[in-house]
Amino acid sequence: MTPFLMPSLGADMEDGTLVEQLIAPGERVTRGDIIAAVETQKGTIEIEAFEDGFLDAWLVPLGAKVPVGTPLAMIRSSEKASDTPDPQPQPDMPQPVDPAPPPLPPEVPQPVDPETLPPRPEDPQPSPTPAPDFPDELRQRVTPAARRRAAQTGFDLKALGTKRTITLDDLAPPQTETALPPLSAMRRAIADAMSRSKREIPHYYLSDSIDLTATEAFIAKHNAGLAPEQRLLAAVLYLRAMARAVQKFPEFNGTYEQGQFTPSRHAHIGMAINLRGGGLVAPALQDADQGSLDDLMARLRDLVERVRRGRFRARELSGPTITLTSLGDRGVRGITGVIFPPQVAIVGIGSPCWTAVVRDGQVRACRSAAITLAADHRVSDGHRGAGFMRAVINQLQKPEAL
Amino acid sequence: MTGPDLRGMLIRQLGRIAPEIDLTAIDTAADLRDECDIDSMDFLKLVTALGRELSLPMPEADYDQMRSFDGLLEYLARHAK
Repeated sequence: MTPFLMPSLGADMEDGTLVEQLIAPGERVTRGDIIAAVETQKGTIEIEAFEDGFLDAWLVPLGAKVPVGTPLAMIRSSEKASDTPDPQPQPDMPQPVDPAPPPLPPEVPQPVDPETLPPRPEDPQPSPTPAPDFPDELRQRVTPAARRRAAQTGFDLKALGTKRTITLDDLAPPQTETALPPLSAMRRAIADAMSRSKREIPHYYLSDSIDLTATEAFIAKHNAGLAPEQRLLAAVLYLRAMARAVQKFPEFNGTYEQGQFTPSRHAHIGMAINLRGGGLVAPALQDADQGSLDDLMARLRDLVERVRRGRFRARELSGPTITLTSLGDRGVRGITGVIFPPQVAIVGIGSPCWTAVVRDGQVRACRSAAITLAADHRVSDGHRGAGFMRAVINQLQKPEAL
Repeated sequence: MTGPDLRGMLIRQLGRIAPEIDLTAIDTAADLRDECDIDSMDFLKLVTALGRELSLPMPEADYDQMRSFDGLLEYLARHAK
Protein backbone atom coordinates (compact mmCIF):
# COMPACT_ATOMS: atom_id res chain seq x y z
CA MET A 1 0.00 0.00 0.00
CA THR A 2 1.35 3.43 -0.83
CA PRO A 3 0.30 6.76 0.58
CA PHE A 4 -0.88 9.44 -1.78
CA LEU A 5 0.69 12.66 -0.57
CA MET A 6 -0.20 16.33 -0.66
CA PRO A 7 2.09 17.30 -3.52
CA SER A 8 4.40 20.26 -3.62
CA LEU A 9 3.29 22.42 -6.51
CA GLY A 10 6.19 24.78 -6.51
CA ALA A 11 8.90 25.98 -4.21
CA ASP A 12 6.60 28.52 -2.62
CA MET A 13 3.88 26.08 -1.56
CA GLU A 14 3.80 25.02 2.06
CA ASP A 15 0.33 23.58 2.42
CA GLY A 16 -2.91 22.96 0.58
CA THR A 17 -6.57 22.36 1.35
CA LEU A 18 -8.21 19.14 0.19
CA VAL A 19 -11.43 20.35 -1.47
CA GLU A 20 -12.54 17.38 -3.55
CA GLN A 21 -12.25 13.62 -3.15
CA LEU A 22 -13.17 12.39 -6.61
CA ILE A 23 -12.69 8.68 -5.99
CA ALA A 24 -14.55 6.75 -3.30
CA PRO A 25 -12.83 4.17 -1.08
CA GLY A 26 -12.71 0.83 -2.89
CA GLU A 27 -12.82 2.41 -6.34
CA ARG A 28 -10.20 1.57 -8.92
CA VAL A 29 -7.68 4.25 -9.84
CA THR A 30 -5.56 4.27 -12.96
CA ARG A 31 -2.33 6.16 -13.33
CA GLY A 32 -3.22 9.64 -14.59
CA ASP A 33 -6.76 9.66 -13.16
CA ILE A 34 -7.66 12.82 -11.33
CA ILE A 35 -8.42 11.64 -7.83
CA ALA A 36 -8.52 14.84 -5.81
CA ALA A 37 -8.55 18.60 -6.04
CA VAL A 38 -6.49 20.78 -3.79
CA GLU A 39 -7.03 24.46 -3.18
CA THR A 40 -3.75 26.38 -3.16
CA GLN A 41 -2.72 29.99 -3.43
CA LYS A 42 -2.63 29.49 -7.17
CA GLY A 43 -6.12 28.11 -7.58
CA THR A 44 -7.75 24.70 -7.52
CA ILE A 45 -5.28 22.11 -8.67
CA GLU A 46 -6.33 18.66 -9.87
CA ILE A 47 -4.12 15.92 -8.53
CA GLU A 48 -3.49 12.82 -10.61
CA ALA A 49 -2.76 9.29 -9.46
CA PHE A 50 0.78 8.22 -10.23
CA GLU A 51 0.12 4.48 -10.10
CA ASP A 52 -2.63 1.95 -10.72
CA GLY A 53 -4.53 0.44 -7.83
CA PHE A 54 -7.53 0.88 -5.58
CA LEU A 55 -8.25 3.70 -3.23
CA ASP A 56 -8.17 2.20 0.23
CA ALA A 57 -9.19 5.13 2.41
CA TRP A 58 -9.05 8.87 2.62
CA LEU A 59 -6.82 9.96 5.48
CA VAL A 60 -7.63 13.66 5.39
CA PRO A 61 -11.17 15.06 5.56
CA LEU A 62 -12.52 17.48 3.02
CA GLY A 63 -11.74 21.05 3.92
CA ALA A 64 -8.62 20.24 5.92
CA LYS A 65 -5.52 22.30 5.25
CA VAL A 66 -2.43 20.13 5.55
CA PRO A 67 1.31 20.61 4.94
CA VAL A 68 3.00 19.41 1.76
CA GLY A 69 3.93 15.74 2.12
CA THR A 70 0.97 14.76 4.29
CA PRO A 71 -0.57 11.45 3.17
CA LEU A 72 -4.03 12.26 1.78
CA ALA A 73 -5.12 8.72 0.99
CA MET A 74 -3.84 5.19 0.76
CA ILE A 75 -3.68 3.38 -2.57
CA ARG A 76 -3.53 -0.41 -2.48
CA SER A 77 -2.40 -2.54 -5.34
CA SER A 78 -5.12 -5.20 -5.29
CA GLU A 79 -8.88 -5.01 -5.13
CA LYS A 80 -9.32 -6.98 -1.95
CA ALA A 81 -9.12 -4.97 1.19
CA SER A 82 -6.94 -7.55 2.96
CA ASP A 83 -3.90 -6.34 1.11
CA THR A 84 -0.95 -6.59 3.45
CA PRO A 85 -0.33 -3.10 4.67
CA ASP A 86 3.19 -1.83 4.27
CA PRO A 87 4.89 -0.80 7.44
CA GLN A 88 4.21 2.79 8.15
CA PRO A 89 5.60 5.34 7.97
CA GLN A 90 7.55 4.48 4.87
CA PRO A 91 11.18 5.42 5.36
CA ASP A 92 11.46 7.68 2.33
CA MET A 93 8.10 9.31 2.75
CA PRO A 94 8.01 12.93 3.78
CA GLN A 95 5.94 13.05 6.92
CA PRO A 96 3.64 15.80 7.97
CA VAL A 97 5.46 18.39 9.97
CA ASP A 98 2.93 18.48 12.72
CA PRO A 99 1.67 15.21 14.14
CA ALA A 100 -1.36 16.87 15.71
CA PRO A 101 -4.55 16.94 13.67
CA PRO A 102 -4.32 19.95 11.39
CA PRO A 103 -6.31 22.86 12.78
CA LEU A 104 -9.12 23.83 10.49
CA PRO A 105 -8.30 27.31 9.25
CA PRO A 106 -11.06 29.85 9.77
CA GLU A 107 -11.67 30.34 6.04
CA VAL A 108 -12.40 26.68 5.46
CA PRO A 109 -16.10 26.13 5.16
CA GLN A 110 -16.50 22.56 6.31
CA PRO A 111 -16.31 21.78 10.00
CA VAL A 112 -15.78 18.07 10.31
CA ASP A 113 -16.98 16.02 13.21
CA PRO A 114 -13.87 14.49 14.74
CA GLU A 115 -15.77 11.23 15.26
CA THR A 116 -15.92 10.72 11.52
CA LEU A 117 -12.27 11.46 10.85
CA PRO A 118 -10.51 8.58 9.15
CA PRO A 119 -7.52 7.22 11.06
CA ARG A 120 -4.50 9.48 11.02
CA PRO A 121 -1.60 8.09 9.07
CA GLU A 122 0.46 7.89 12.26
CA ASP A 123 -2.11 5.66 13.93
CA PRO A 124 -1.57 1.94 13.66
CA GLN A 125 -3.93 0.59 11.05
CA PRO A 126 -4.65 -3.02 11.93
CA SER A 127 -7.09 -3.48 9.10
CA PRO A 128 -8.31 -1.17 6.44
CA THR A 129 -11.56 0.43 7.46
CA PRO A 130 -14.64 -0.68 5.58
CA ALA A 131 -15.53 1.66 2.80
CA PRO A 132 -17.67 4.39 4.32
CA ASP A 133 -20.65 5.69 2.47
CA PHE A 134 -19.74 8.08 -0.28
CA PRO A 135 -20.03 11.39 1.56
CA ASP A 136 -22.51 13.93 0.30
CA GLU A 137 -19.82 16.48 -0.37
CA LEU A 138 -18.48 14.26 -3.09
CA ARG A 139 -21.60 14.74 -5.09
CA GLN A 140 -21.89 18.43 -4.54
CA ARG A 141 -20.87 20.33 -7.63
CA VAL A 142 -19.40 23.74 -6.90
CA THR A 143 -17.91 26.17 -9.38
CA PRO A 144 -14.33 27.22 -8.57
CA ALA A 145 -15.42 30.85 -8.15
CA ALA A 146 -18.11 29.84 -5.67
CA ARG A 147 -15.68 27.65 -3.80
CA ARG A 148 -13.25 30.53 -3.48
CA ARG A 149 -15.99 32.87 -2.31
CA ALA A 150 -17.12 30.30 0.27
CA ALA A 151 -13.57 29.96 1.51
CA GLN A 152 -13.25 33.73 1.80
CA THR A 153 -16.47 34.24 3.64
CA GLY A 154 -16.42 31.08 5.71
CA PHE A 155 -19.72 29.99 4.20
CA ASP A 156 -20.62 26.32 4.72
CA LEU A 157 -21.32 24.95 1.26
CA LYS A 158 -23.03 21.90 2.73
CA ALA A 159 -25.96 24.09 3.68
CA LEU A 160 -26.83 24.40 0.00
CA GLY A 161 -27.30 20.67 -0.50
CA THR A 162 -26.33 18.68 -3.54
CA LYS A 163 -29.31 19.06 -5.82
CA ARG A 164 -27.67 21.33 -8.36
CA THR A 165 -24.41 23.07 -9.16
CA ILE A 166 -23.54 25.79 -6.65
CA THR A 167 -22.50 29.01 -8.35
CA LEU A 168 -21.35 32.43 -7.22
CA ASP A 169 -24.96 33.61 -7.29
CA ASP A 170 -25.78 31.31 -4.38
CA LEU A 171 -23.32 33.06 -2.11
CA ALA A 172 -23.40 36.49 -0.57
CA PRO A 173 -20.61 38.82 -1.66
CA PRO A 174 -17.70 38.92 0.76
CA GLN A 175 -17.66 41.68 3.34
CA THR A 176 -14.70 43.81 2.55
CA GLU A 177 -13.61 44.45 6.14
CA THR A 178 -13.34 40.81 7.15
CA ALA A 179 -12.76 38.81 4.00
CA LEU A 180 -9.41 38.36 2.36
CA PRO A 181 -9.51 39.92 -1.09
CA PRO A 182 -9.22 37.07 -3.61
CA LEU A 183 -6.04 38.49 -5.06
CA SER A 184 -3.98 38.54 -1.92
CA ALA A 185 -3.21 34.82 -1.72
CA MET A 186 -2.20 34.80 -5.37
CA ARG A 187 -0.22 38.01 -4.95
CA ARG A 188 1.53 36.53 -1.94
CA ALA A 189 2.47 33.44 -3.95
CA ILE A 190 3.88 35.61 -6.73
CA ALA A 191 5.68 37.83 -4.24
CA ASP A 192 7.26 34.82 -2.51
CA ALA A 193 8.45 33.20 -5.72
CA MET A 194 9.73 36.42 -7.26
CA SER A 195 11.45 37.61 -4.08
CA ARG A 196 13.18 34.29 -3.80
CA SER A 197 14.21 34.57 -7.44
CA LYS A 198 15.68 38.04 -7.03
CA ARG A 199 17.36 37.06 -3.76
CA GLU A 200 18.91 33.82 -4.95
CA ILE A 201 19.33 33.89 -8.71
CA PRO A 202 22.09 36.01 -10.21
CA HIS A 203 20.19 37.00 -13.33
CA TYR A 204 21.81 38.24 -16.49
CA TYR A 205 19.83 39.74 -19.34
CA LEU A 206 20.17 39.72 -23.12
CA SER A 207 17.99 41.29 -25.78
CA ASP A 208 17.59 41.22 -29.52
CA SER A 209 14.81 41.49 -32.06
CA ILE A 210 13.09 38.81 -34.12
CA ASP A 211 12.14 39.39 -37.72
CA LEU A 212 8.63 38.00 -37.71
CA THR A 213 7.90 38.43 -41.42
CA ALA A 214 8.17 34.71 -42.15
CA THR A 215 6.35 33.67 -38.98
CA GLU A 216 3.41 35.99 -39.53
CA ALA A 217 3.13 35.09 -43.22
CA PHE A 218 3.13 31.42 -42.29
CA ILE A 219 0.39 31.92 -39.70
CA ALA A 220 -1.74 34.03 -42.06
CA LYS A 221 -1.46 31.40 -44.77
CA HIS A 222 -2.15 28.57 -42.37
CA ASN A 223 -5.17 30.29 -40.83
CA ALA A 224 -6.76 31.48 -44.07
CA GLY A 225 -9.90 29.47 -44.66
CA LEU A 226 -9.74 27.78 -41.28
CA ALA A 227 -12.54 28.06 -38.73
CA PRO A 228 -11.51 30.23 -35.76
CA GLU A 229 -11.17 27.24 -33.45
CA GLN A 230 -8.51 25.76 -35.74
CA ARG A 231 -6.40 28.89 -36.06
CA LEU A 232 -2.89 29.19 -34.70
CA LEU A 233 -1.61 31.96 -32.47
CA ALA A 234 1.98 33.16 -32.72
CA ALA A 235 2.62 31.98 -29.14
CA VAL A 236 2.46 28.38 -30.37
CA LEU A 237 5.34 29.01 -32.77
CA TYR A 238 7.34 30.74 -30.05
CA LEU A 239 6.83 27.74 -27.77
CA ARG A 240 7.88 25.30 -30.45
CA ALA A 241 10.92 27.39 -31.40
CA MET A 242 12.03 27.42 -27.74
CA ALA A 243 11.39 23.70 -27.38
CA ARG A 244 13.67 23.06 -30.36
CA ALA A 245 16.34 25.52 -29.26
CA VAL A 246 16.78 24.06 -25.76
CA GLN A 247 17.82 20.76 -27.28
CA LYS A 248 21.19 22.27 -28.18
CA PHE A 249 21.31 24.54 -25.14
CA PRO A 250 20.40 22.28 -22.23
CA GLU A 251 21.77 24.73 -19.65
CA PHE A 252 18.64 26.86 -20.07
CA ASN A 253 16.19 24.02 -19.59
CA GLY A 254 16.00 22.43 -16.18
CA THR A 255 16.04 23.19 -12.49
CA TYR A 256 18.60 24.47 -10.01
CA GLU A 257 18.16 23.06 -6.53
CA GLN A 258 20.49 22.56 -3.56
CA GLY A 259 23.45 24.01 -5.36
CA GLN A 260 23.05 21.81 -8.38
CA PHE A 261 21.63 22.21 -11.85
CA THR A 262 19.70 19.32 -13.33
CA PRO A 263 19.01 19.66 -17.04
CA SER A 264 15.69 18.24 -18.19
CA ARG A 265 15.27 15.83 -21.08
CA HIS A 266 11.82 17.30 -21.65
CA ALA A 267 10.79 20.65 -23.02
CA HIS A 268 7.99 21.49 -20.58
CA ILE A 269 7.60 25.14 -21.36
CA GLY A 270 5.87 27.28 -18.78
CA MET A 271 3.54 29.79 -20.32
CA ALA A 272 2.93 32.93 -18.27
CA ILE A 273 -0.83 33.40 -18.31
CA ASN A 274 -2.46 36.54 -17.05
CA LEU A 275 -5.56 36.08 -14.90
CA ARG A 276 -8.54 38.38 -15.11
CA GLY A 277 -8.74 40.56 -12.07
CA GLY A 278 -5.01 40.30 -11.50
CA GLY A 279 -2.42 37.65 -10.93
CA LEU A 280 -0.39 35.36 -13.04
CA VAL A 281 0.40 31.69 -13.30
CA ALA A 282 2.87 29.93 -15.55
CA PRO A 283 1.87 26.28 -15.95
CA ALA A 284 3.70 24.01 -18.36
CA LEU A 285 2.84 22.96 -21.85
CA GLN A 286 4.35 19.55 -21.59
CA ASP A 287 6.69 18.26 -24.27
CA ALA A 288 6.24 21.34 -26.42
CA ASP A 289 8.61 19.78 -28.96
CA GLN A 290 6.16 16.95 -29.66
CA GLY A 291 3.18 16.76 -32.00
CA SER A 292 1.99 19.10 -34.72
CA LEU A 293 1.55 22.84 -34.31
CA ASP A 294 -2.22 22.29 -34.46
CA ASP A 295 -1.93 19.83 -31.62
CA LEU A 296 0.18 22.24 -29.58
CA MET A 297 -2.36 25.00 -30.24
CA ALA A 298 -5.18 22.75 -29.02
CA ARG A 299 -3.23 22.03 -25.86
CA LEU A 300 -2.47 25.71 -25.30
CA ARG A 301 -6.12 26.61 -25.79
CA ASP A 302 -7.17 23.94 -23.31
CA LEU A 303 -4.56 25.03 -20.79
CA VAL A 304 -5.49 28.73 -20.95
CA GLU A 305 -9.17 27.83 -20.66
CA ARG A 306 -8.59 25.75 -17.55
CA VAL A 307 -6.24 28.27 -15.98
CA ARG A 308 -8.79 31.04 -16.45
CA ARG A 309 -11.36 28.82 -14.74
CA GLY A 310 -8.85 28.41 -11.92
CA ARG A 311 -8.38 24.72 -12.49
CA PHE A 312 -5.30 22.94 -13.69
CA ARG A 313 -3.28 19.83 -13.05
CA ALA A 314 -0.52 19.34 -10.55
CA ARG A 315 2.13 18.36 -13.05
CA GLU A 316 1.38 21.38 -15.18
CA LEU A 317 2.14 23.63 -12.24
CA SER A 318 5.19 21.90 -10.86
CA GLY A 319 6.79 20.82 -14.11
CA PRO A 320 8.01 23.74 -16.24
CA THR A 321 11.65 23.52 -17.28
CA ILE A 322 11.83 27.04 -18.80
CA THR A 323 9.22 29.79 -19.15
CA LEU A 324 7.92 31.98 -21.97
CA THR A 325 6.30 35.30 -21.22
CA SER A 326 4.71 36.77 -24.31
CA LEU A 327 2.57 39.85 -24.44
CA GLY A 328 0.59 38.88 -27.52
CA ASP A 329 -0.27 41.51 -30.08
CA ARG A 330 -1.43 44.16 -27.67
CA GLY A 331 1.23 44.93 -25.17
CA VAL A 332 4.48 46.81 -25.09
CA ARG A 333 7.66 46.55 -27.10
CA GLY A 334 9.58 44.38 -24.72
CA ILE A 335 9.39 42.40 -21.51
CA THR A 336 12.27 41.13 -19.42
CA GLY A 337 11.11 38.36 -17.14
CA VAL A 338 12.01 37.30 -13.65
CA ILE A 339 13.02 33.64 -13.51
CA PHE A 340 10.56 31.32 -11.74
CA PRO A 341 12.66 29.26 -9.31
CA PRO A 342 13.83 26.55 -9.53
CA GLN A 343 13.99 27.18 -13.28
CA VAL A 344 17.03 28.91 -14.73
CA ALA A 345 15.74 30.92 -17.69
CA ILE A 346 12.79 32.90 -18.96
CA VAL A 347 12.29 34.18 -22.50
CA GLY A 348 10.24 37.34 -23.06
CA ILE A 349 8.72 38.21 -26.41
CA GLY A 350 7.16 41.65 -26.84
CA SER A 351 4.30 42.68 -29.07
CA PRO A 352 5.05 42.53 -32.78
CA CYS A 353 5.19 45.88 -34.56
CA TRP A 354 6.33 47.46 -37.79
CA THR A 355 9.98 48.49 -37.73
CA ALA A 356 12.28 50.07 -40.27
CA VAL A 357 15.20 47.76 -40.95
CA VAL A 358 18.16 48.31 -43.19
CA ARG A 359 18.90 45.35 -45.43
CA ASP A 360 21.20 45.40 -48.45
CA GLY A 361 21.51 49.15 -48.00
CA GLN A 362 17.76 49.64 -48.28
CA VAL A 363 15.35 50.70 -45.56
CA ARG A 364 12.44 48.30 -45.44
CA ALA A 365 9.35 47.96 -43.33
CA CYS A 366 9.36 44.69 -41.48
CA ARG A 367 7.39 43.02 -38.72
CA SER A 368 9.47 42.46 -35.66
CA ALA A 369 9.29 41.78 -31.96
CA ALA A 370 11.76 42.30 -29.16
CA ILE A 371 13.05 39.14 -27.56
CA THR A 372 14.80 38.98 -24.21
CA LEU A 373 16.41 36.29 -22.14
CA ALA A 374 16.87 36.38 -18.40
CA ALA A 375 19.07 33.49 -17.32
CA ASP A 376 20.85 32.20 -14.25
CA HIS A 377 24.59 32.98 -14.04
CA ARG A 378 25.13 30.01 -11.74
CA VAL A 379 24.41 27.80 -14.73
CA SER A 380 25.28 29.71 -17.91
CA ASP A 381 26.95 32.81 -19.33
CA GLY A 382 25.97 35.50 -21.80
CA HIS A 383 27.91 33.88 -24.61
CA ARG A 384 25.84 30.71 -24.46
CA GLY A 385 22.73 32.78 -23.78
CA ALA A 386 23.29 34.65 -27.02
CA GLY A 387 23.63 31.35 -28.85
CA PHE A 388 20.39 30.12 -27.35
CA MET A 389 18.56 33.30 -28.35
CA ARG A 390 19.88 33.09 -31.90
CA ALA A 391 18.68 29.50 -32.06
CA VAL A 392 15.15 30.60 -31.06
CA ILE A 393 15.23 33.44 -33.61
CA ASN A 394 16.51 31.15 -36.37
CA GLN A 395 13.78 28.61 -35.70
CA LEU A 396 11.23 31.36 -36.28
CA GLN A 397 12.75 32.19 -39.68
CA LYS A 398 11.72 28.74 -40.94
CA PRO A 399 8.23 28.39 -39.50
CA GLU A 400 7.23 25.69 -41.97
CA ALA A 401 9.82 23.43 -40.33
CA LEU A 402 8.31 23.95 -36.88
CA MET B 1 -36.58 43.94 -35.24
CA THR B 2 -35.69 41.40 -37.87
CA GLY B 3 -32.79 39.02 -37.62
CA PRO B 4 -30.91 38.15 -34.49
CA ASP B 5 -30.25 40.68 -31.74
CA LEU B 6 -26.59 41.09 -32.61
CA ARG B 7 -25.88 43.67 -29.93
CA GLY B 8 -27.34 41.42 -27.25
CA MET B 9 -25.38 38.48 -28.60
CA LEU B 10 -22.12 40.42 -28.60
CA ILE B 11 -22.70 41.65 -25.05
CA ARG B 12 -23.52 38.12 -23.90
CA GLN B 13 -20.41 36.61 -25.50
CA LEU B 14 -18.16 39.38 -24.21
CA GLY B 15 -19.68 38.88 -20.77
CA ARG B 16 -18.61 35.25 -20.83
CA ILE B 17 -15.01 36.25 -21.48
CA ALA B 18 -14.86 39.41 -19.40
CA PRO B 19 -17.55 38.97 -16.76
CA GLU B 20 -16.32 41.82 -14.57
CA ILE B 21 -16.45 44.48 -17.32
CA ASP B 22 -19.39 46.89 -17.34
CA LEU B 23 -20.13 46.90 -21.04
CA THR B 24 -22.30 49.99 -20.72
CA ALA B 25 -19.25 51.92 -19.53
CA ILE B 26 -16.79 51.03 -22.27
CA ASP B 27 -15.78 53.27 -25.15
CA THR B 28 -17.43 51.39 -27.99
CA ALA B 29 -15.25 53.07 -30.60
CA ALA B 30 -11.96 52.19 -28.90
CA ASP B 31 -9.97 48.96 -29.22
CA LEU B 32 -12.16 46.27 -27.74
CA ARG B 33 -9.17 44.37 -26.41
CA ASP B 34 -8.02 47.38 -24.40
CA GLU B 35 -11.51 48.24 -23.23
CA CYS B 36 -12.29 44.73 -22.05
CA ASP B 37 -8.72 43.67 -21.24
CA ILE B 38 -8.85 40.65 -23.53
CA ASP B 39 -5.81 39.01 -25.06
CA SER B 40 -5.24 37.15 -28.33
CA MET B 41 -6.60 33.92 -26.90
CA ASP B 42 -9.74 35.64 -25.55
CA PHE B 43 -10.28 37.38 -28.87
CA LEU B 44 -9.98 34.08 -30.71
CA LYS B 45 -12.50 32.61 -28.29
CA LEU B 46 -14.89 35.50 -28.93
CA VAL B 47 -14.55 35.17 -32.70
CA THR B 48 -15.05 31.40 -32.42
CA ALA B 49 -18.24 31.84 -30.38
CA LEU B 50 -19.73 34.53 -32.63
CA GLY B 51 -18.78 32.62 -35.77
CA ARG B 52 -20.49 29.50 -34.47
CA GLU B 53 -23.62 31.29 -33.39
CA LEU B 54 -24.04 33.15 -36.67
CA SER B 55 -22.45 30.56 -39.00
CA LEU B 56 -19.93 33.14 -40.14
CA PRO B 57 -16.35 32.32 -41.15
CA MET B 58 -14.95 35.47 -39.44
CA PRO B 59 -11.66 35.21 -41.37
CA GLU B 60 -8.47 36.44 -39.77
CA ALA B 61 -7.99 38.83 -42.70
CA ASP B 62 -11.08 40.71 -41.46
CA TYR B 63 -9.85 41.08 -37.85
CA ASP B 64 -8.95 44.72 -38.50
CA GLN B 65 -12.62 45.47 -39.04
CA MET B 66 -13.47 43.89 -35.67
CA ARG B 67 -11.16 45.98 -33.50
CA SER B 68 -13.80 47.98 -31.59
CA PHE B 69 -17.20 47.07 -30.17
CA ASP B 70 -18.86 49.26 -32.81
CA GLY B 71 -16.68 47.88 -35.59
CA LEU B 72 -17.40 44.31 -34.60
CA LEU B 73 -21.14 44.98 -34.32
CA GLU B 74 -21.14 46.61 -37.73
CA TYR B 75 -19.18 43.71 -39.16
CA LEU B 76 -21.69 41.22 -37.79
CA ALA B 77 -24.61 43.27 -39.12
CA ARG B 78 -23.04 43.38 -42.56
CA HIS B 79 -22.34 39.67 -42.74
CA ALA B 80 -25.06 37.96 -40.69
CA LYS B 81 -28.01 36.80 -42.72
